[in-house]
Amino acid sequence: MSEILVLVDHAEGAVKKPTYEMLTLAARLGEPAAVFIGPKDKGSEVAEAVKRYGAGTVYVVDDEALKGYLVAPKAEALQQVMEKSSPGAVLIASSAEGKEIAGRLAIKTGSGLITDAVDVESDHDTAVTTQSVFAGNYTVKAKVTRGTPIITVKPNSAAPQEADGAGTVEEVSVTVSDAAKGAQIVASQPRKATGRPELTEAAIVVSGGRGTGGSFEPVEELADALGAAVGASRAAVDSGWKPHSYQIGQTGKTVSPQLYIAAGISGAIQHRAGMQTSKTIVAVNKDEEAPIFELVDFGVVGDLHTVLPAVTEEVKQRKA
Amino acid sequence: MKIAVCVKYVPDATGDRHFEEDKTVDRVGVDGLLSELDEYAVEQALQLKEKAENPEDVVVTALCVGPEAAVDAVRKALQMGADQGVHVVDDAIAGSDAIATSLVLAKAIERGADGAPYDLVMCGMASTDGSMSVVPAMLAERLSLPQLTLASKVETQGAQVRIQRDGDTATEVVGGTMPMVISVTDQSGEARYPSFKGIMAAKKKPLETLSLSDLGVDAGDVGLSVAWTEVAETTARPPREAGEIVKDEEGSGAKALADFLAAKKFI
Repeated sequence: MSEILVLVDHAEGAVKKPTYEMLTLAARLGEPAAVFIGPKDKGSEVAEAVKRYGAGTVYVVDDEALKGYLVAPKAEALQQVMEKSSPGAVLIASSAEGKEIAGRLAIKTGSGLITDAVDVESDHDTAVTTQSVFAGNYTVKAKVTRGTPIITVKPNSAAPQEADGAGTVEEVSVTVSDAAKGAQIVASQPRKATGRPELTEAAIVVSGGRGTGGSFEPVEELADALGAAVGASRAAVDSGWKPHSYQIGQTGKTVSPQLYIAAGISGAIQHRAGMQTSKTIVAVNKDEEAPIFELVDFGVVGDLHTVLPAVTEEVKQRKA
Repeated sequence: MKIAVCVKYVPDATGDRHFEEDKTVDRVGVDGLLSELDEYAVEQALQLKEKAENPEDVVVTALCVGPEAAVDAVRKALQMGADQGVHVVDDAIAGSDAIATSLVLAKAIERGADGAPYDLVMCGMASTDGSMSVVPAMLAERLSLPQLTLASKVETQGAQVRIQRDGDTATEVVGGTMPMVISVTDQSGEARYPSFKGIMAAKKKPLETLSLSDLGVDAGDVGLSVAWTEVAETTARPPREAGEIVKDEEGSGAKALADFLAAKKFI
């Protein structure tokens, strides 16, 4: 069986949940192996983490020479790991950066590319992906027919399953071309931690739109009572009430949580594209004609500024 | 300075989008238009032109690969203010994936404009149909150019470019030297509407139509039959079952919602 490479999604060596989900999917296709591009001294820590989810080999690429540049050197590094491993497929997290790395890798290796998979299965040793397209109105099953399948995988695509892996560290030294160093990161301002779950990984998301009028406290307090992430519609982001990293929809994030609560969001197609595949959908909106109500499992026609705080109180009492 | 803006013709997202029998996106039997996200790239290209010391020395070319009707996307860009258009149309292109599309675009970009190479290749952050968001990176790879992608701000000084990139974990400033590929997000600034004057002027602007052979692309390297991916099936998502909707009257809504959440075991 060939190795299935999973590019480790991490922040300075702290492994993120989508990595475990991808390792779980990789086990369906072959031998899961991890590729860690990051600080070399974190290699063994990462190996300890990923071997619990079945990673056999853990390729460690020190990022000292890579990290000051955008995307291109990582694609080169991954290509060089592929030459060593001859994998059956490569799985990469479906983030903005992940998709760009995947795009370059596909051209470099003459391989077909599938982005934004929400599931990956094996059919007669071929990876078959499931994608949700056209604002979630269609489900598409597809496969790569040339080269090594390169697949980007959305968060929450699988429940991570623990499995014993060898976790054997193999350090790989890579060479980075000058051409790949053309886009230099000259400054970086880390985002402040909110203490809430990551939007794309959260089991519950509470989001606010134009109807909040800019006051997000009711949305945030309900989110905190439920242990949820906070999102926003494009209207709320365009109004400057929340940064773009909160935006859910076509040009923001796609979420697919167990529970999605939309407060003061009308539900335009651009927004639906980002949340339509949520398992349970709840909306609170003053306008009973709002299109969001076509999607909901439960809707309240009312003012979010009174309904949300009251729900927050109920949640706190019932949880106590 | 020569700027190429890649524009895509897509099915209207507010209409009924669907697949054809061969499982490709129906681009002919539906209302199409210039992808909204590419309008932001056109806008940023026009702003670079307007801010230049000698705007008349900056030539903005709208570049499109797509069926006959896709010329509408080029026209829209010309109406907004692009100087000239290039439309690559060839029956062999139908069903091409991002890999093949980026090949055709790259070849069209390598031709340059008016005998000079492009200094900037500008793209939207994604298409509104396939929404893979990979073509800018693929173009950079194919053309061996730096990629300054997903920019919410673009600033130039001579051949130096700096962009702001709002990532999930950090906001970065990324710098590079032309020539390069830039993609811009919908945070980069509202795209202008064509003015009446712009619409009239567009009719007289040069619009070149090219085939694959004009670009030296082998028809056997593009299209559905040689795509590096294959769609096995497409299924329309079943409509959601109508949910329960209550009207809030003096706190009844909150109580009902809390009951619902409890019944679903969220609390």
